This record gives sequence, C-alpha cells and structure tokens, in this order.
Amino acid sequence: MKTVEAPSVRADAPARARAGRVGRRWRPRTLVFRLVMYALLLGLSAFILLPVGWMLTAALKPDRVPVFTATPEWWPREFWHWENFRRVLTESMPFLRYTLNTTLVVVSNVLGVLISCSLVGFGFARMRFRGSKILFSILIITMLIPWQVLMVPQFLMFFKIHWYGTYLPLIVPSFGGTAFFIFLIRQYMRTIPRDLDDAARVDGLNNWQIFWRIILPLSTPVLTVCAVFTFLWNWNNLLGPLLYLDSDEKFTVAIGLANLVTRSDTPWNLMMAANLLSIIPPIVVYFFAQKKLIGGIASVGLKG
Amino acid sequence: MAEVTLESVSKVFRDGTVAVSSVDLDIPDGELIVLVGPSGCGKTTLLRMVAGLEDVTEGAIRIGDRVVNNLSPGERDVAMVFQNYALYPHMTVFQNMALSLKIRKVDKQERQRRVREAAEILRLEDLLHKSPRELSGGQRQRVAMGRAIVRQPQAFLMDEPLSNLDAKLRVQMRSEILRIQRDLGVTTIYVTHDQTEAMTLGDRVAVMRKGVLQQLAPPQEVYQYPANLFVAGFIGSPAMNVVEAKLVRSNGDLFVEFGSHRLQVPDEVAAARPALAGFVGGNVALGIRPEHMEDALLVGGSPPDSRLTVITELREEMGSEVLLHFTVDAAPVLTDDTKELASDRGSEALQELQEQVSERKSPFIAKASPETTAQIAEKRELYVDTRKLHFFDLQTGEAIYGNRERERVRQESTSAT
Repeated sequence: MKTVEAPSVRADAPARARAGRVGRRWRPRTLVFRLVMYALLLGLSAFILLPVGWMLTAALKPDRVPVFTATPEWWPREFWHWENFRRVLTESMPFLRYTLNTTLVVVSNVLGVLISCSLVGFGFARMRFRGSKILFSILIITMLIPWQVLMVPQFLMFFKIHWYGTYLPLIVPSFGGTAFFIFLIRQYMRTIPRDLDDAARVDGLNNWQIFWRIILPLSTPVLTVCAVFTFLWNWNNLLGPLLYLDSDEKFTVAIGLANLVTRSDTPWNLMMAANLLSIIPPIVVYFFAQKKLIGGIASVGLKG
Repeated sequence: MAEVTLESVSKVFRDGTVAVSSVDLDIPDGELIVLVGPSGCGKTTLLRMVAGLEDVTEGAIRIGDRVVNNLSPGERDVAMVFQNYALYPHMTVFQNMALSLKIRKVDKQERQRRVREAAEILRLEDLLHKSPRELSGGQRQRVAMGRAIVRQPQAFLMDEPLSNLDAKLRVQMRSEILRIQRDLGVTTIYVTHDQTEAMTLGDRVAVMRKGVLQQLAPPQEVYQYPANLFVAGFIGSPAMNVVEAKLVRSNGDLFVEFGSHRLQVPDEVAAARPALAGFVGGNVALGIRPEHMEDALLVGGSPPDSRLTVITELREEMGSEVLLHFTVDAAPVLTDDTKELASDRGSEALQELQEQVSERKSPFIAKASPETTAQIAEKRELYVDTRKLHFFDLQTGEAIYGNRERERVRQESTSAT
C-alpha cells in the first residue's frame, strides 16, 4: 500500500506546500496516520454499538433475571434464550399485526411526502408566479411552529370530522406537504440547469412533462433523503398513533413497545427483544438507500 | 421548413432594459443567417424570442405563414441547439434524441428510424446507448445537433453551439454544421459572438449592437461596405485601423491627412462615394484594414502619396503573414461605436482609448507578407491600397457612401427602422 501511495504523494507535493499549513496538517499522508484513523473509527463504531450489545444481552436473559446490573453487561455471555424473540412475535403482543399497521402508515406517508413535496418544490423552484416569494416565506415560517402547539387544535379538528380512531389523521396530512422537505427539494431542484427546461420546452414538453420526465428523475438523491427521513420519523412516531388510534388491532409497533412498559412488572428481556426486532426495517432501508442517501445529503448540504 | 420573419420585434425586460429594439429580419426558406455582436447586444434574446422562450414585447414573429407570438415553444416546430448542449443527463443518447418524437406521439418504429438516420448523418451510431456524461465535448455537441435534426423542424435555432469546444474541434464542427444545414436545407438562425464563424457560416450576417440591428448583408458585403464604424470595427481580424483625418483638396486631387501622414484618395473612390465631397475641408474617420497595407519594398512602383512612413514597434509572425504594429500621430476616433467596441474588449481597453485620444496617438496594425524584412524600431514605408480606404462620419459613425452605394447598403440593413 505504501509503495502505491508514494508516487502520488511526491507528484502533488509542491501543490501541497503551496496549500499551506492548515491544508497539510489534516491530510492522510502516511500509513501511521491511516492506522490511527482506522483505530479511532473502529473505537467510535464499537462505542455506538455498545448499547445494541447491551440490548441483545438483555433480550437473551430469562424472565426474572435482573437486566440492570451494577456493571452493565455489554455482550451476552451467560444466557442465550433466543426463544424470547419468538415469544415477542407470538405471545406478548400481536407484533406482526403492529408491523403491518406501521408499514401501512409509513408507506402512505412516504408516498404522500414524495408526491406533494416534489410537486410543490418544483413549483417553487421552476415556475414564476405572482406571490411565489411570499408563499415561500410563509412556508418557511410554518417550520418554526412546533408540532406540539398544533397537537390539540389538530386533534379537535380531526375528532370533529370523525377521523379519530382511523389512520387518516396520521396519513392524510403528509399529502399536504411538509415544509422542510419542500424546502429541501426546492433547493435541490434549483441546482438543475435551467437550460434543460428550455431544451425540453422546445422539444415540446409541457410543465407536467418537464416535471415528470426531466426534473423528477434528476432529483432522486433528494427524494431518497426525504423518503428515508419520512420512513424513520413515522416508524418511530409514538405520539401521533397514541393520540389518534383507539383499538388494539390498529396500534403501531411504537405503541406496542410502549405498552410493554408497565408500572411494576416490565418484562425487560421481551422489551429489548421487541426493540431489536423493530429496528430491523430501518436498518434494511438504510442499507439499500445508503449510497443515494449519502450523495443526497451531501448535495442538499444537509447534515445527518 | 419555412420562412422566418420578424416584424419590428422588440423586447423590454420587466426592469426596463431594452434588450431588442425594433428588429426586422426576413429569412427566406433554407437560408442560414448569423446574428453576431458583442455580449449583451441582444442576439441571444432575439433567438430565444423566436424559440418562444422569451415573450415578445412588441412586433410579430412569423414562422411559415403563422404568427407564433403566442404559441408555446413546442407548438412552433423549431429546434434549438444550446451553448452548453442541455442534454438530459439521465437519458441515453438515443433517448435524448427521441424524446421530442415521443412527446409528439410518433410511433416507435418511425422514432427509431429517424434517430438512426440522424445518428448516421452525425456519425453517432456507436454512441446511441451511452449516457451524455460518457461523451466528449465534440460528441455532446453532435448529440445536441442530432436532437434538433430528428425533429425535421421548420427552423434550426443555434445559440453559440461551438463556443464550448476547443479551437480545432470548432473549425471541424463549423464545416459539419454548414454541410448538414446545406444537405437538409433547413432555415437556420445562428447566434455567435465570433466574427469568423459569422463570416464563414452565414448566407447573410446580421450585426447587432445594443439590441439594434446595424447591418444585414452577405458576409463579403459587410466586410467591404460596413454600414458604420461599429460594423467596421467588429468584422475583420485584426480590426480595421481607424483614425481621425482631414479631407483636403489640392490641385483638384483629394487627399486625406492625419498627423504627419498624407494619402491621396483615388478618383474612383471619390466617385463611388459622392457624399464624400461634402466633407472636404472637414474631418472624417478614416478606416484602413490591416490587410490593405504592405511593406512598400515589396510593392513595385507605388505612388508616394500612398505610403506611410512608420516605425515598427512589434512584429508578430503568423506564418502566412506578419503583423506589424506601429503608432500613428493622430487621434483615434472616439464615438459611441468605438467606445462600445473598446469596452467589449475590457474596461482597460476603453481607458486606453481615452488616453490615446488625449495623446493623439493611434495604434495601427498592418498585415504584411511574410517576406517583409521590417524589424522592430526600424523606420519603414508601408504601402496603403488607397482604393480600399473607408470613410465614416465622425459625428454619427455612419459610413460615407452616398447615392447608389449608400442606398444599397441602407436597403439591406435598416429597411424598416
């Protein structure tokens, strides 16, 4: 590795010297530097994985064995009760039912966000119309209103139109767009050269076709970001379902997990097993969207 | 394919900027017309108005027998080639070229046939399944051309299509564009700031300045009979040397004097420009093209009143010719036209021009044959082909022709203004 690196290091050495001290100090130049870097990264990853390890340890314990030990047990050593996972899935709650319910809410939200935000973002990024600046400012201002403020009036509203006890309050608003995602998408679409629109217009495309055939395909990185974020937020959303859902067969995974916690007799091992199961879908989504996601986050200038 | 007509077309932007001011153009079917001018002269805006990408503030644009002012770009049936090609990055070359046909619901087989045909003309057959990002600049340019060709449109609109290519490729593509345009016989409006492109490509050249059409004529005519100082300075490279000079008559012969120099104006020139008589005793702007000067040693028997005695300051070898730079002790011409030309070269050039006026020194360039032995700092005589002198009105910047010639130039250029 060192022999491969050497010529390139020499080749741009003058450029580096010119770049000055600050630029030079942080560049991975030597093998030692790389080793240190990797060691640090590995350490950091281990640190982040520790709680997961602890969860697994707890999940594999039999009932009545204390979970919160004086020195935390980071990795399973003694107990290997894999059947806890089966118990979660079948006995302690209708886990599959909850997962299906959650999936319904999550997928509808992702769809809703993608459809509404991409359309509105396109409008703000590409169409010139009277009052667009004011409308956009209003949109940005709505980002400043915390959801908690809207919680009660929104609940009353949905209650009045008899949507309480259905998924509608959890799904329909996403089709109205989310200010933050509209903002992201608009910013991204603005970076797509306008000449493409002109070329498409001369080619005979109308606004809708320009959106559908040109701008949308070119916006996949930012759309992936929005889709993944929406997925995660809704997968983890407890308060919304808790407010609007009233029957066991409609509950989501987040409610199911919360319901395991009781005042005295929480089954911590099952709780942890359920938690571990519930983070599998987000991990899978991350895994598949990873490449686009990193590109997308970098391109919209958004930090994770 | 169709005729394209502009009738006193104007464009005023919302902030009040007049980009195009009452332009008349009549482009017959199959003609290639070049709009040329410095940046900001409105040529691109005019093209975009024809394409339908900019609204027309005033006037009418006709393609064929339809007034297209209120038609969308797609309905106008014109194809455009953009400066940066504007290829759709997420589509293959084939898809790029076929999209417009798909939108027009041309059936699949016909689509394929036409794309293949265009690809053959442009030698793109092997690239049809590549994405634009995998192509070189020249190939992208050809795809952009292909996208226009498959349309079989009423007119081609080209917005500086070659300016992003390197010099060698530009020459090659220039002849390619000319070949394709001739083969297909499609009416073409070509925008460029490069006067060489304008001269080589255009059936006619339209020189624009600040949104106003200055002259519309075949390339040779623009070169030989520039309508004003602006056109004279813009067309030709190196640019025409222009200096303030005095017209005097002595012993029945007409002379033009500037600084310590004196040239005789041949009778035929005076005869061809009757209006010149009105300027005798007064000052005019005298224009001499670099290529109409030559080392006097290489020209046998030139009369003394057709020579300039100069000191060479710089000798530039161009291979086929030698450029000799020298200074003439007379003021350069300072009009709106020359100021505009100077500022097009940069703000320093404008400042320089003003200094030269106050010092009464004009930089000249002569294009001599490569056999010349003229050396730097050496005093030499240069022969001036006085039959090719140009005269301009110092106040208006208009060329001084008079009667027939002037009328002809007038008719061609500003018939409706």
